[in-house]
Amino acid sequence: MTPALQITQGALGFGGRTLWRELDLSVRPGEFLAVLGSNGSGKTSLLRAILGLQPLDAGTIQIDGMPARRGNRAVGYIPQQKLVQPGTPLRGRDLVTLGVNGHRFGVPITSRAERAQVAALLESVGATAYADRPIGTLSGGEQQRLRVAQAIAADPVLLLCDEPLASLDLNRQAEVAGLIDERRREHDTAVVFVTHDINPVLGMVDRILYLAEGHFTVGTPDEVLRSEVLTALYGTPVEVLRSGGRIFVAGAPDHAHHQGEAL
Amino acid sequence: MDLATYFELLQLVQASVLAGAVLGVVGGLIGVFVMQRDMAFAVHGISELSFAGAAAALLLGVNVVAGSILGSLIAAAIIGLLGARARDRNSIIGVLMPFGLGLGILFLALYPGRSGNKFGLLTGQIVSVDFEQLGLLVGISVVVLAALLVIWRPLSFDSLDTEVAVAKGVPSRALALVFMVLLGLTVAVSVQVIGALLVLALLVTPAASALRVSASPVLVPVLAMIFGLVSAVGGILIALGGSLPISPYITSISFLIYVVCRLIEWRRQRSHARVKVAA
Repeated sequence: MTPALQITQGALGFGGRTLWRELDLSVRPGEFLAVLGSNGSGKTSLLRAILGLQPLDAGTIQIDGMPARRGNRAVGYIPQQKLVQPGTPLRGRDLVTLGVNGHRFGVPITSRAERAQVAALLESVGATAYADRPIGTLSGGEQQRLRVAQAIAADPVLLLCDEPLASLDLNRQAEVAGLIDERRREHDTAVVFVTHDINPVLGMVDRILYLAEGHFTVGTPDEVLRSEVLTALYGTPVEVLRSGGRIFVAGAPDHAHHQGEAL
Repeated sequence: MDLATYFELLQLVQASVLAGAVLGVVGGLIGVFVMQRDMAFAVHGISELSFAGAAAALLLGVNVVAGSILGSLIAAAIIGLLGARARDRNSIIGVLMPFGLGLGILFLALYPGRSGNKFGLLTGQIVSVDFEQLGLLVGISVVVLAALLVIWRPLSFDSLDTEVAVAKGVPSRALALVFMVLLGLTVAVSVQVIGALLVLALLVTPAASALRVSASPVLVPVLAMIFGLVSAVGGILIALGGSLPISPYITSISFLIYVVCRLIEWRRQRSHARVKVAA
């Protein structure tokens, strides 16, 4: 079976600093990979590289057997929740429609088939009830559901999520994470999920890619989220605490913070 | 003035009415993106450089519309290339605007002729634009209209969420530059019709009004075009009957439409609030 995502000997730096190198990673269809790491560890750069927006310094990235490139329809992308301005002339339905045909130039007419597809997408994320309300009037959770529908519009092989739960309350986090999980189970869509908090997706994650200090480790949550593993990765004492089914990483140096100290 | 005289006059200026109508439509349409991309200030900045270009052309005795377009495009290119981020953009515009206006005033002061064009460039002069130039204005407007339609969807996507649009393969930077060029062309046309100081009345007010009463991606542009058309053509037709210039009529109609749209919005919100209280 062709991996949904295959990174071979990947290396990427930023401003003379190596974010990660010799990264070998293969994500199979339907797999849920969480990407963890402190600020500045190269999580977002990894997504940009997979999206074809940033070339690797070394190595290759393949998506469904094809080299990564800009505008690849096989990749869906869910960004961080940022509220749409009130007064934006788009309704919920239109946000999803942009996922279907927003990249296309030409006279902006949405065909009957496309409208039906949008209706089905809205239904699949439970957004039909507010599909015709202006986006600017919708809550963060409602907007994020629409972004999930927008991202899966082209039936992607790989779904990239960049902190999609940030600034949502716990119930909304669970709902949006649930939608993403449902998608990959029912359609075998691979998910690469960048997050700073593993807890909302802990029950869904197959493997974790943990980036830190120019190194990385890959494995199941039980293999990676251990004090000795993260201590070795960071090169400084890090403690993983478990409490009430939730996991906390204590003592991990934040890179932004780190740089601040160096200055 | 009796009706017969009015219609005689109308015959004389029908080309101007046509130019006003086409500009009203294009201004309303491009205004939808001016609002979404938060570029009202940029429109004003471009119009001042467009004024400088037109004034320079007047002084040199070359085509005023061409000078106006050149000024617009230079401003649009500078703002487009240097001002990708809103903060940079606003400071660049703030610097360009008085410079453009000052240059324009200098050129006008140096201009020896006594021409209606002199102040027309600042406050509007459509009826004094000759037939050939009117053709140019209409032609440019039609080109902008067609180009806007072609890039409509990707530009909407980019205006809403650049990050996701780029991930989907929308050429964001190129689109932003194309949009600036289209905006520059529209501003250059508007400067001829309504004057550099009043361009916003046709490029911002109609779309701002439409956004008050609708969030539909179809209804908003359609309303904005109608509002722009009514303001421009209405202003010209009313001005014909009297001795006052055209621009104040255009700006007043466009403002009146805005006020009405706000009232409609306010009434709707109040009735919504009542429904909520009742429920």
